[in-house]
Amino acid sequence: MSGSGGGGRQVRAIESIASHLVVLLAVAFALYPVLWVIALAFSGSATPEARVLPIPREPTFDHLWAVISTTREVGDSTQWLFGRQLANSLIVSIATALVGIGIATPTAYALARFNFVGKEGGLRVLLATQMFPAVASAIPLYLLLDFLGLLNSRTGLILCYATTAVPFAIFQLRAAFESIPVDLEEAAMVDGATRFQAFRMVVLPAARPAIAVTALFAFMSAYNEFILAATLLGKEDMFTLPVVLQRFIGEYDAQWEAFAAGALIVSLPVMILFYVLQRHLVAGLTSGGVKG
Amino acid sequence: MVAVSVQQVTKSFGATKVLRGVDVHVPAGGFAVLVGPSGCGKSTLLRLLAGLEEVTSGSIRFGEREVTRLEPRERDIAMVFQSYALYPHLTVRDNLAFGLRLRKTDPAEIGRRVDEAAAMLGLSHLLDRLPKALSGGQRQRVAMGRAIVRRPALFLFDEPLSNLDAALRAQVRVDIRKLHDQLGATSVYVTHDQVEAMTLADVMFVLNGGVVEQQGAPLEVYDAPATRFVAGFLGSPAMNFIKATIEDAGGGGLRARLGDGSANLALPPGLPARPGQAVEVGVRPHDLELCDESAAEIHLKVDFVELLGPEIHAHCVLAGAPVIACLETRTGVSVGDTLPLRVRRLHLFDQESGRALR
Repeated sequence: MSGSGGGGRQVRAIESIASHLVVLLAVAFALYPVLWVIALAFSGSATPEARVLPIPREPTFDHLWAVISTTREVGDSTQWLFGRQLANSLIVSIATALVGIGIATPTAYALARFNFVGKEGGLRVLLATQMFPAVASAIPLYLLLDFLGLLNSRTGLILCYATTAVPFAIFQLRAAFESIPVDLEEAAMVDGATRFQAFRMVVLPAARPAIAVTALFAFMSAYNEFILAATLLGKEDMFTLPVVLQRFIGEYDAQWEAFAAGALIVSLPVMILFYVLQRHLVAGLTSGGVKG
Repeated sequence: MVAVSVQQVTKSFGATKVLRGVDVHVPAGGFAVLVGPSGCGKSTLLRLLAGLEEVTSGSIRFGEREVTRLEPRERDIAMVFQSYALYPHLTVRDNLAFGLRLRKTDPAEIGRRVDEAAAMLGLSHLLDRLPKALSGGQRQRVAMGRAIVRRPALFLFDEPLSNLDAALRAQVRVDIRKLHDQLGATSVYVTHDQVEAMTLADVMFVLNGGVVEQQGAPLEVYDAPATRFVAGFLGSPAMNFIKATIEDAGGGGLRARLGDGSANLALPPGLPARPGQAVEVGVRPHDLELCDESAAEIHLKVDFVELLGPEIHAHCVLAGAPVIACLETRTGVSVGDTLPLRVRRLHLFDQESGRALR
């Protein structure tokens, strides 16, 4: 009896060690490259070399500071270039999220609640647009924006990003609205609400987690986007951060430490957003998951 | 409180006719129950009263007011949904106050009415909770409270008890009727449960296939069902039906030759039946009564006995048809017995039309 009991304890201990090992490996696998970026960003030595442990050599804040304090001369004044580029990225991403949600919310609600001519066909076309990567339309977009005089502008970039953000948001939010019982709106209308009031006071609050998640995805896809930004933006002071980052790796000269420092700075807003929205995020993801 | 008057209302969804010309009149302050099997159109009728669906033809009046084309919010009604439909992001207090706030009621008055309704329903200690932190019974009471605070002219109930367990259902059923008597507003209540219909209604409307098969006071409908459908729908256990042929019993009397012809039942005089007519004899399980051999009208052989406490359900066969008799437990009936029975009351239905012959 005691022997088998001891055996049971041993098995449990081995199981515990094994599962911890697996988790540890998974964490290391996910974090190792990130740790390397951090190490590189704070390293004083000039070139990165292959080492096992990502520990900064001759730790320094110089690279971070150098990236943040990038300036340029405009006429006889000095412009804080990095600040402007960070603002470009944030403005474009936030505007993309707002435009995406602003257009997709009423559209998705109509698709979820009403029957109208062309609904099924429209949905199919919407889905079809999702099959092509944005890059495929880079050239026509370039010509269009050129025609509209929106090349090299944040407005132009926002419009391009919205074309991919809106359909995605519509599909996300339609599923979210469909999961909200119609009874709630009917109860509100019997209680004295107009249909619009029922939407604003009952449906929107109930869909808030889904809207938050969808907005976050729209923000992130715009914030991380590189190819369209690199194609449509020619002037340095209009660059978004992914384009800025790429410029650190030139044909003849790769500033890996600056690249790493830039990457860290670029990650910060997204990390903050995730932290702030994590409660909604989990709720939104699970509710979407149940619905399929 | 208002009288409700539904005249010749039809409702179709595409090619499907859900209501085929329904007339319903509920006096002011009355408690009407719409009852019927699923798909009979009762919930659709309620939604038409609420204004959540539009009638295809016909008219609806609340008192003197024509409401057929009015929006729900213009009808001065409150509705309790089967799902309760509590606003998930609002506390119980805000759920109750929602309708009053929309109507720009004075905040002090809102507070007073919410507290009053909460006290009436025993919700006072739950006012700051969200719906997800409530039990099923509590949610149901919040849904009731949300209707009460509005003091509407008409209450609509859409199967409000079907998500509660049996014990709670019996309790809330009583509470709803008491509340109605206390508030005095007109109520229309939809259910598929004939017990709820019998116990709650002043006036009952039995719907089947989109028409009102019969209306009247519950006991009236129970005692004198107009059709075979109504007879079979109301009552538990359901009425026994035995196919039969009318025969001349001699001496001016008629009798029914039951089922396979192995038994006869004398019919009371004055029934509008003629010899040779194909009918169904309906007998409620509670209308079968043990008696002396000499007074017996029929004999039943007991197949199976269900013991329910004060009474038993004796499952028997009469002329090839299954028949249940509800008898007092202390009569000591057991399987294999042959019971001499008297029929206290019988119903006769034309086999073809299903209409009662009386």
